[in-house]
Formats: sequence, C-alpha cells, structure tokens
Amino acid sequence: MQNTLTIAGRQFRSFFNGATAYIVMAIVLMVLGFFFWQTFFLFGRATAREMFTWLFRILVFAVPALTMGLIAEEKRTGTIELLITMPVTDAQVILGKFLGVAGLYGIMLLLTLAYPMSISTLGNLDWGPVWTGYVALALQGAAMVAIGLMASSFTDNQLVALFIALTINLFFWMISLFLPLLPSELASIFEWISFNYHFDSMTRGVVDLRDVLYFLSVAAIALMVAFRSLESRRWR
Amino acid sequence: MNDVMIEARDLNKAYGPVHALRDVNFEIRKGEVLGFLGPNGAGKTTTMKILTCFIAPSGGTAKINGADIFEQPIEVRKSIGYLPESTPLYPEMLVLEYLEFIARMRGFRGDEVKKRIRTAVEQTSLGDVISKEIRALSKGYRQRVGLAQALIHEPSILILDEPMSGLDPNQASEIRNLIRSIGRERTVILSTHNLAEVQVTCGRVLIIANGRIVADDTPDDLRDRAGQASYIATVASPESGYRDAKFETQVSEALTQISRVKTVKKAEGDTSDELQFHVLPKDNHDVRADIFKAAVDGGFVLLGLEKTSEDLGAVFRGLTTGDVSESTAGSRKSKGDADAHAANEERASQADSDENTSEES
Ligand SMILES: Nc1ncnc2c1ncn2[C@@H]1O[C@H](COP(=O)(O)OP(=O)(O)OP(=O)(O)O)[C@@H](O)[C@H]1O
Ligand SMILES: [Mg+2]
Repeated sequence: MQNTLTIAGRQFRSFFNGATAYIVMAIVLMVLGFFFWQTFFLFGRATAREMFTWLFRILVFAVPALTMGLIAEEKRTGTIELLITMPVTDAQVILGKFLGVAGLYGIMLLLTLAYPMSISTLGNLDWGPVWTGYVALALQGAAMVAIGLMASSFTDNQLVALFIALTINLFFWMISLFLPLLPSELASIFEWISFNYHFDSMTRGVVDLRDVLYFLSVAAIALMVAFRSLESRRWR
Repeated sequence: MNDVMIEARDLNKAYGPVHALRDVNFEIRKGEVLGFLGPNGAGKTTTMKILTCFIAPSGGTAKINGADIFEQPIEVRKSIGYLPESTPLYPEMLVLEYLEFIARMRGFRGDEVKKRIRTAVEQTSLGDVISKEIRALSKGYRQRVGLAQALIHEPSILILDEPMSGLDPNQASEIRNLIRSIGRERTVILSTHNLAEVQVTCGRVLIIANGRIVADDTPDDLRDRAGQASYIATVASPESGYRDAKFETQVSEALTQISRVKTVKKAEGDTSDELQFHVLPKDNHDVRADIFKAAVDGGFVLLGLEKTSEDLGAVFRGLTTGDVSESTAGSRKSKGDADAHAANEERASQADSDENTSEES
C-alpha cells in the first residue's frame, strides 16, 4: 500500500514538474468555458446539465492526453525497469499509476466547480443534479483513466497509446449515436454498453447502483488488462 | 553457514527465436566481486534482468540470498541494488527528489530517508548536483545518481550493468574503490566489456558468449591460461631511415635460434630508426638474458627489451570468438582452446594494458 501511494505521489507530481498538468487543465477549463458561456449568451440559458455534457465530451479527449505516457514513456526511457525492480508487485505499479492520474483528474473536477458556482450566482441552481453529475464524472473518469493506462501499457510510444485510448473512448461514446441503425435487440445491448447511457441518467439526478457498477467494471477490466500487459514482459 | 548469495541453475532465455541464454549455471558467494564479461549480445543484461526478477527465464531458476526468483520476487528485490544498463532515470526530477522517491520505495520514512540519502550522496560524490534536474546532468553524473540509487538501502547484493560507462578516469577510480570496498562484505556483479576494468576491480570473472558461460576464473588465472608472457625486443636499424629486409630476416633468425624461444614475429611499431620484434618463449621462460646474448653474438644493437603480460585480451577473444558450442557452460575445460587461440593471436605485441574489446572505445 505504501509503495502504491509512493508511486502515485511521484506520478502526480511529475505532471506538475513538466507542463502537462497545467496545459491540460487550462485547455479543459477554457474549452468548457467557451461552450458554456456560448450557450449562455446565445440562448440565454446555462444549466448544469449542459456543463456536464460538454465536460464529458472534453474529457474523452483530455484524459488520454494525461494517461498516454504513464507506462509507454517509462518503457521508452527504460525507467520501468528501475521501477519494477524496486520491491513492488506489478499490481502496485498499475494501481499507483492509476491513483496518480486519478488525483490530477480530481483536482481538475474541483476547478470546474467554478462553473456551477457562477450559475448559482446568476439564478437558482438545483444542486442535487450537480452533485450526482460530479459522481458521474468521477466514475466516468475512473473508467477513462483505466482505459488510458491500459492503452499506455500496450506500447512504448505515447502517441500510439493516445490513439488507442481515444479510439476506445470514442467507441464507447459514439455507439450511442448509431443505435437507430441497429436492429432493436442489438440496439438495446449497445445502448447499455455506451458511456452516455449511464452518464446521462446520473446527470439527471439519479444515481443507480447499476450505473455505478457499470463504470467500476469497465475500470476494473481495463486495470486487469493493463496488469496482464505489464506482466507479459516477463515471458516475452 | 551457507554464504552463497546468488545461485543460478540452468538458466535459459529465449526471446522468440533468439536464444539469449543457454544453460547458464553459477554461484556467487558473499564477499565476491564478480565481473561479467562478454561481447555485445552475449546475454549479460538478460542474466541481470532475470536475477532482478524483471523478466522470467524460459527455463531454470535462480536463488538470491535464499529467495527463489519465481516464488519470492519481492524478497529477491529487497536484497538487490540494481543499476540497469544505460541508467534510466526520470529526467524531470531533481536528484534529491529522485533519491527521496527511491528511499521511500525502499521502505524508509522520516529521518531515515535523509540519512540514507546523505550516505549514498557521499559515497557517490553527488553533493554538488543534488538540487539539479536530472536532465541537466552530464552522463557521468547520471551514472552516479544511478549508483546512489542502487546503494541507498545498503543492499547485500549489487548488480551493476556497465557501471563504468561514461565515467572519467577520476570518477571511475573512485567508483572502483567504492565497489571494491562494498565487495568486501557484500556481493557485487558488474558487467563490462573492459578487460582492464575486470582485472582491477573483480576477484572473479565469468565470461559469457552467445548465451553460454565459457570461462569462470580469477583474472590472474585467466591470464595464466593464455600462458605466455612475451617480450618485445627493439633493435636499432643498421642505417637510419632505411629498411633493410635482409637485416630484418637476420635478426629474426638469430632470435629464433634461441633454444627457449618458440616464435618470433615482426611487431608493428617500427620507426625509421628502430625495428620491433615480438618474441614468444617456450613454457613461459624468461628469455631476456638469451635475447641480450643473441644481440651481442649477432652484432645488432638492442635498444629496448620489454616484457608484456597483457594477454587477457587474447584469452577473451579466443573464448568468445572460438567455437563456443564445444565448451560447456561453467566448465573450465576450455583451457586448451584458450591456449591455442592465444598462441595464434596475430596482434600479440599489444602491450597496452587498457586494451578494450568493445568496439566503441
Ligand atoms: N527484448 C528483447 N527481445 C528480443 N531479443 C532480445 C531482447 N533483449 C535482448 N535480446 C537478444 O538477446 C541477446 C542477449 O542480449 P543482452 O542484452 O543480454 O546482451 P548483452 O550481453 O547485455 O550485450 P551488450 O554488451 O551489448 O549490452 C542478444 O542477441 C539480443 O539481441
Ligand atoms: Mg547489456
């Protein structure tokens, strides 16, 4: 456990040592601000729902940018060898990396609180769906960070990892758009697979245990695959 | 009491079709500094990665300090300090931050972290760069950070993959002393291409070629296998600036006629005024007196006479380029081979004790 946290802490700080953390956070907040205020000024409305929808879309792109280097970069530079030959298990390495990014992701979510706060100064804001929306973002984040970590474990090239993670995220997002084209039995399965289905129901204010389990399972599966992929170096 | 620290049994490693290790066996005891010597691609790094549980062997196993690499990898890693090849480090971290990270990974907390770092920094003379970013360090300093990292928990076993690469001569001798002093109570394995390095630093050499161990000996014994001390005789030219083939043959014959001399070869290194001959005696006799007499009798002027004992390079080349399939792992049977190769050695006149087998140096 201690080692997991030490790895997480180093990973977290490394985002701030380079410019990565600042750049990604600035872009997320600016893009969010742009869409958020645009709808506000054009349509005279800005709701928390709107914000969550935009934030979801932005994070689909932003999270892979945070996760792409996690393992790929350590493989490229060889530091993975030093890390793994410390007295740690592969599982602790994966978990530590996951927590390190999760921490940064959490801070990013905290910063976005500025938007619901500013809405609440402009008019009445129902905070209920806001909190469930943040639960949705947290769960969504866990799934996407795990997917990004998994992608990063497949390769020693950050850009390849970015591409894989983006593709997976877009798949889980976009399948919901193609539902009308599918036969109805398939459509309901695909709908259930998609991120949006579970995400949207939470931003409406309902936290259903099944939605929670959905995101946690996606995260768990991705972490398992990442673990196996890291471990496979031993046998190659 | 059993002081075997590392025990490798029938290690095999196949990377797909590449067979990197074949039936590698060895034991290393406490207080040994072992030089792992071999040409590029021999399998040194692979062996070290297996011992540190970074990769698993395809066959065989190893015990480190009593812990099996398959069953207790964490225990294994606890007793090892490891410097991987080419010293991978996090470039964006400060040296101090990095060492703190390692100390924490090694399980130290609070004041102990500082104490450990201080010791390791002193041992590797890193004091001046402690608050610099690693990316801003020179190669040699990075190498020392890598060493400090390996030393931080005072491991009972040090595994160093090419620890001397990139160090200037002063640094290298400091590190060499450090390794030797650590090696007194503990166990060190270091890999290198550098023969001179092994001779100064290591009490024992494992030579590996094509994934097999072809020699396991002390550097001195290994050199004795080459068997032959040899002599460089420098003779004055009869006429300055003029090469006289007849004179050369004459001297060469005079030297060959000495009863205890086996072969005489023309050595490179002539100037316009002097000729050099390489004289290989029979059975390691000291033939200097004989050569001097031959010069007097033959009427040529001897300007210099030098004994060369640096033949480890010849042994090394013999062992690693010879028909490796004949010598079995871990055996000392390859002696005959080594002698033959050493005797056939063309460049026998090498007196340069810094002789290095690697391409890059
Ligand atoms: N990850 C890998 N995949 C495939 N082949 C590999 C891999 N690592 C090493 N090899 C092969 O295994 C053999 C042994 O390599 P190794 O790195 O152990 O050699 P070495 O003795 O350390 O060489 P050097 O002196 O160049 O460092 C080589 O033929 C190498 O090409
Ligand atoms: Mg190597």
